[in-house]
Amino acid sequence: MFQSVFEGFESFLFVPNTTSRSGVHIHDSIDSKRTMTVVIVALLPALLFGMYNVGYQHYLAIGELARTSFWSIFLFGFLATLPKIVVSYVVGLGIEFTAAQLRHHEIQEGFLVSGMLIPMIVPVDTPLWMIAVATAFAVIFAKEVFGGTGMNIFNIALVTRAFLFFAYPSKMSGDEVFVRTGDTFGLGAGQLVEGFSGATPLGQAATHSGGGALQLTDILGNPLSLHDMFLGFIPGSIGETSTLAILIGAVILLATGIASWRVMLSVFAGGIVMSLICNWCANPDIYPAAQLSPIEQICLGGFAFAAVFMATDPVTGARTNTGKYIFGFLVGVLAILIRVFNSGYPEGAMLAVLLMNAFAPLIDYFVVEANIRHRLKRAKNLTK
Amino acid sequence: MLSKKNKEILLGPLSKNNPVIVQILGICSALAVTAKLEPALVMAVSVTAVVAFANVIISLLRNTIPNSIRIIVQLVVVAALVIIVDQVLKAYMYQVSKQLSVFVGLIITNCILMGRLEAFALSHKPWESFLDGIGNGVGYGIILVIVAFFRELLGSGTLFGYQVIPQQMYDWGYQNNGLMILPPMALITVACIIWVHRSRNKDLQQ
Repeated sequence: MFQSVFEGFESFLFVPNTTSRSGVHIHDSIDSKRTMTVVIVALLPALLFGMYNVGYQHYLAIGELARTSFWSIFLFGFLATLPKIVVSYVVGLGIEFTAAQLRHHEIQEGFLVSGMLIPMIVPVDTPLWMIAVATAFAVIFAKEVFGGTGMNIFNIALVTRAFLFFAYPSKMSGDEVFVRTGDTFGLGAGQLVEGFSGATPLGQAATHSGGGALQLTDILGNPLSLHDMFLGFIPGSIGETSTLAILIGAVILLATGIASWRVMLSVFAGGIVMSLICNWCANPDIYPAAQLSPIEQICLGGFAFAAVFMATDPVTGARTNTGKYIFGFLVGVLAILIRVFNSGYPEGAMLAVLLMNAFAPLIDYFVVEANIRHRLKRAKNLTK
Repeated sequence: MLSKKNKEILLGPLSKNNPVIVQILGICSALAVTAKLEPALVMAVSVTAVVAFANVIISLLRNTIPNSIRIIVQLVVVAALVIIVDQVLKAYMYQVSKQLSVFVGLIITNCILMGRLEAFALSHKPWESFLDGIGNGVGYGIILVIVAFFRELLGSGTLFGYQVIPQQMYDWGYQNNGLMILPPMALITVACIIWVHRSRNKDLQQ
């Protein structure tokens, strides 16, 4: 009874002093627990900045930004974000523990990262019960039915977001959800300033009509500079706004060798190529988002977040090195393609990664087949 | 009338030999018409009627049908019955008929029908064929109604069009799940039913 829970906690808190006795084993200091921990560390800059930005956007909306100290801005965002993190972990880990217990498996660390990603990719005003329902759906139907950690076809955090997006569209897109206008636990109550609009930059691009140049604005209607977009002082899902914070995470992931630079690089390459094509070819009167420059496309929305933390998921992405280039490139291309040509979906990064998750095994298959053909040909030439 | 063997013919398709969740037939319409309970129920009744009477007619004709053209004969019989069902629906249940739209006509291509005619009616007596048709139609209908129950309850908050989730819940922030209305969720609901069914019937597991 509860053996897997006990063992899970024991190996999580202590280094087990039992080692394997028979056979030859290669001992490496990296295991899935360390991998997950490094990813969590890499997520921290984006998370902390996200918390600050939640408070920043809120106090900007009620016009009291100048009179509020840094720490109370951060506290507001912290209190707004914390319940989501708690709900996501409690629900997800609860199901993981139960499933492991029922199947007499060991508890695995897979949900550590998913549980942190989920609150970072939802709008700040998503109700907690929706996060709970979506997390439960994703963990059961995208992970446990496929066999648990390491067996899933689709990225768990993105399945959670896709579920929320299609099940409760009014809480996942539009102008109302990305900036918290009410108070949090009694903190930061105030009246909205005049001219407030909570539309995200990509939302503005998608709903921009009547042709003409696209001018992105912040929530008070002031023009946005590239500087703001890069630093992340824009409305959006909690953890994805700051390209700078995400880049710090990317450096941590690449320096420790956890994430594949091939995937990351090719996602950005795909995005840049596609947005250049859109710049040249698409009619900006019909597709206003085509006017955005490649740099803007990368800084806005969840593109950078998806490139660094979602596409590089080693379980759901392509495994072969050539496959990684193809996989990443297509993720980038599709993300921009959906953004520009489908105004129903202002952000395409989520759908692009999920779609390519489905194709990753196929890409790997053809890469392996091509390699086999190549080597057979070489062997034939040698024997001739 | 209802010997032990006939009872097996009638009741087998309800669970152990269910056309939808064991033989995986008729999935297409199970996805298409189950967003609401009412059309699902009407669809279930229509399919039951068509498959039962088609079974009887083919069974009566079974010794006279040349083997080489049997599929054509079966199609003619099924098509005639489907047209009758379609006209009845249009006459008496126009709204539901509009909701079902093309899927009434598509009963002709429902795999359950051709499956039963080929596998059963061509080699059995009319009464047994009738029971087999009723059994398979009801077995199909049960799954449709279960799927539609969950999809309508969670997707629209209603059952047969009546509000069952109290307004109080919506005031507290509850929202209907839009994904339940979309076809993918029907597939997942069917999968859940299969999951429960297989875990209760270990002999069906492979």
